[in-house]
Formats: sequence, C-alpha cells, structure tokens
Amino acid sequence: MARSMLIITRHSPWSGTSAREALDVVLAGGAFELPLGLLFLDDGVFQLISPQHPSSIQQKDLTANLQALSLFGIDELYASNRSLAERGIAADSLSLPVKIMQDDELTALIKRYDHVITI
Amino acid sequence: MKFAIALFSPPHSPSSRRALRFSEALLSGGHDIIRIFFYQDGVYNASANIVMSQDECDLTNEWREFIKQHRLDGVVCIAAALRRGILDEQEVQRHNRPTSTPNLSEGWSLSGLGQFHEAAQQADRLICFGGH
Repeated sequence: MARSMLIITRHSPWSGTSAREALDVVLAGGAFELPLGLLFLDDGVFQLISPQHPSSIQQKDLTANLQALSLFGIDELYASNRSLAERGIAADSLSLPVKIMQDDELTALIKRYDHVITI
Repeated sequence: MKFAIALFSPPHSPSSRRALRFSEALLSGGHDIIRIFFYQDGVYNASANIVMSQDECDLTNEWREFIKQHRLDGVVCIAAALRRGILDEQEVQRHNRPTSTPNLSEGWSLSGLGQFHEAAQQADRLICFGGH
C-alpha cells in the first residue's frame, strides 16, 4: 500500500518560491495517485485568499495552480484555524474547500500520515 | 534500514551540514541510503561553482566526495535547479545558453519531483533537512 504524505506549506505566495515549490511537490505526488494531504499553516494561509493580484508585482497567480489540486484528486486540504484567525482571514472567503482545523486536530492530523514534510 | 534524504537549504546553512553528517552516520551504522534529493535552495549544494575560503568547511565538495565514494543516487530537482542557475550539459544546450558552462557537480543528476516521491515510497524513513 502506498505511503501517505502530509505536505505543510508555511509561506505566503509572494514571499519567494516556497509556496509554489510546496504545491509542485503535491501536484507531482498527485500525478502518481499517492495519498497526499496539504496543510496551510502560518503564513501559508495567505495562499488561500481570493482574489489575488500578483501581476502588480510581476508574479503568476498561484490560485490557478491551487485549483488543479482537485483535478489530481487531492482533496485532503487543511488550514489552521489559529493561523487564519491571527491574520484576520475569514474562513468563508477561501479559494479552496479546506477543512479548518483546531490545534488539537492538527496534532492528530500530523500523526495520521506516514511522512510529514514542511516546505 | 533504508533511508531517503531530502535537503531544502543552501550549503552555508547548518541544516545542510547536518544532512551530510547524518548521512555519513547512516552508512557508518550499516544503513542504506536509497536516494539523496536536493530541492529548493538545497540544489545549491550540487553547484560546482561554490568557492569557499581554505579555512572554511567546503560542503559542496564534501557532498560530491561522499556521493562518489559511496556511489549514491544523488538527484537534484530539475525545475528548482533551473530557476537557480544549476545546469548540466543537456540543459545548457536545451535552453540555448552558449555562454554558460554546465555547473552541476559530478555525481549528481537532474530529474523531476517524481524521484522524490518514489524514494519516499521505497524507503523505510524519509528524513528532510532545512524545510521551514
């Protein structure tokens, strides 16, 4: 049986390549139909804000790439409630159907996966 | 036990040194390393163009020797490498950079993220360094 992997993304979409490169790991695994989860944590929750206007800083819109997750069958998407609240982001305004997790639920979530990587 | 090693940080970061020392310890302890995968700024560890002062730890050179000596499978993510200027002969040709010299260190190969997932599937343990 394939081993599961949780990818934790902790960077905003405009702070360098981390958000993009975390998503690439997820999409690459999705192409192999691996059981993957993606957790938006800390500044990573900024990736979920919609709409974004990255062209004003000559960047590509990551939101379109995020929408590809469902095409790859990746529906284990999570966001930290605390991270959202700390940044004043409303849970009903997100661009992906993420499950909002409390701190104790995050502990259980991380424990559930065979591999956990933070990018 | 079979290990896969992933490194996400550049050669001057403590994580990269720890990754190498951990990998050395694995082999000393009789374990196997099925693949070492460099991603994000970790790809700089496979650059042949890093020059250190003589009295400083030359980690890129140590990685190169380590890979060579133990004939390990060292893989560098091609997308991450290209956007950071780490190219092999084939990529210099492909992207038509006649003034560029290939600078991927000997012993490493450029490949896709599928190699990372494959290693994670095959290994008993995946150990990542430098993610944050």
